[in-house]
Amino acid sequence: MMLAYRTNYYTGILIYSINIGAYYFLWAAIYSGKQHIEGLSVTQMTTYVAVAWMARAFYFNNIDREMAVEIMEGKVAIELIRPYSYLGMKTMQGLGEGIFRLLFFSVPGLVIASFIFPVKFTWNPTVWGLFGISILLSFFINTLLNLLTGITTFFLFNNSGLIRAKRVVIDLFSGLLLPMSFFPGWAQDVMKYLPFQGISYVPSMIFTNGFSHQQAISAIWQQFVWVLVLIVPIQLLWILAKKQLIIQGG
Amino acid sequence: MNNAIEVKDLRKEFKSYSSRSGLRGAFRDLFTRNYKVVPAVNDISFSVRQGEMVGYIGENGAGKSTTIKMLTGILTPTTGSIVVNGMNPHKEREKFVRTIGVVFGQRSQLWWDIAVQESFRLLKKVYKVSDAHYNEHMDHVIKTLDIEPLLDKPVRKLSLGQRMRCELAAALIHNPPLLFLDEPTIGLDVLVKLKIREFLKEINEKYNTTILLTTHDLTDIEALCERVIMLDEGKIIYNGALRDLKDKWGDGKELQFQFLEKVDLDALKNLTIGMPVKWELDEKEHIYSALLEDIDELISQVIAKVVEAFKIKDIKINETSTEEIIRNIYEKGTV
Repeated sequence: MMLAYRTNYYTGILIYSINIGAYYFLWAAIYSGKQHIEGLSVTQMTTYVAVAWMARAFYFNNIDREMAVEIMEGKVAIELIRPYSYLGMKTMQGLGEGIFRLLFFSVPGLVIASFIFPVKFTWNPTVWGLFGISILLSFFINTLLNLLTGITTFFLFNNSGLIRAKRVVIDLFSGLLLPMSFFPGWAQDVMKYLPFQGISYVPSMIFTNGFSHQQAISAIWQQFVWVLVLIVPIQLLWILAKKQLIIQGG
Repeated sequence: MNNAIEVKDLRKEFKSYSSRSGLRGAFRDLFTRNYKVVPAVNDISFSVRQGEMVGYIGENGAGKSTTIKMLTGILTPTTGSIVVNGMNPHKEREKFVRTIGVVFGQRSQLWWDIAVQESFRLLKKVYKVSDAHYNEHMDHVIKTLDIEPLLDKPVRKLSLGQRMRCELAAALIHNPPLLFLDEPTIGLDVLVKLKIREFLKEINEKYNTTILLTTHDLTDIEALCERVIMLDEGKIIYNGALRDLKDKWGDGKELQFQFLEKVDLDALKNLTIGMPVKWELDEKEHIYSALLEDIDELISQVIAKVVEAFKIKDIKINETSTEEIIRNIYEKGTV
């Protein structure tokens, strides 16, 4: 679908490099001569930003909005006459898009960015391995949250406000905009009990070596637990949604 | 032979909200809302044999689409039982939908941005159709529907008629024994309609495919279906052969005359005085029509009298059309 329009593809790559660049200049200004803030050096910070955006290309998807549109316009009827699970199909569609975007948008974008900005990569295979597991889990956490928001359309009929709110919450609390360690202490305590930091903060910290090995393992376990926890309400809501499904528009 | 569709006391209720009027009403609606339960489908029972082509007709909002959606497993019935192809559609949805094909005339199941053949390939994967089956079956479908030149075009560039033929092909990729068509000919021109009808007849003969068809175009039904099920306000008001419906309701014929010179309507009326004939005049076309009962004797008498008295340009004998019959039934609400 994403190759159907050529211009979309090329501008996509450009947007990724511009995003990384914008955040680099922002952080460079904030550091302005300081060596470390909250235990991260400026190079670590740039790498954090670059990796966070690269990971975002993978875990991010619009399936909540797509579901909302499909449900609102009644297109969900077409999906329900096909021999697959609707939610499973949406998840796999997100995964496919994520892999595509990772390979064809963000890797080229990252290569361009690394020529211009001081991004430091590690070549430690353990780190790469942990990072790989971690972004896969962050994909599932984010996708499950999207499914959860998407399903609410069945009950609310128009939930564009909820979708927008969810996106802001995820961008802010997942550690995409700034690492969790920059939040005040009480906020960090609260975040520990929420699934959001499993989306961006954990994989980025693993990649930039901001976590010790021990911390990384336990963070991945937490991500895994969140995936399991989030499946429960989705299944319940889905059963409920099917009972009271209305196909809008004939 | 097992029935393809077996429906018993099927009922579907919707909650319908009504909003209060005015600003005060709008604020009250924020807290409590008025709603009433409306039965869209009201305790209907019917069955369809394997290989039958059945027309499912009714006015807008009579509950046709709701029934189709329950039969295809999309909606869950409020009460009642459905057995289609030996399965309960919404309980075993994923297994069940492999055995049906569905075309919604108002919705596309092809992917908008990609070429038709890519959609077909995707569906082939989804339904796990083997290459051999696909090639044998779809080559034929593609040829009959004449969509070969459309295959490499994206769906958004197709005209409605082209798209609808592709939709039909897409619904048949897994060669299902049961086909649901929800207004498949809506907005199509006569040629495309004919092509689609011929095609449906052909697959019905070739594969003994059961077809349930909803439409507002009664010529579709006349061309394809032996049986019609008529729905009104969620209830079945007629279930039987289309011919019986015509015999029962189609009493009366219409004789249309055109004359060489101008004829006075009263003169015609005088001519047939004492006979049960009603005369009408279409001023614009100068067509004089006599409405009378379908009695052979009477018809020939009227024609004889008129021919004797005036010079005639054209005569037509019309039967009451199905459309008129159906319109009469809709207006009365019973059969």
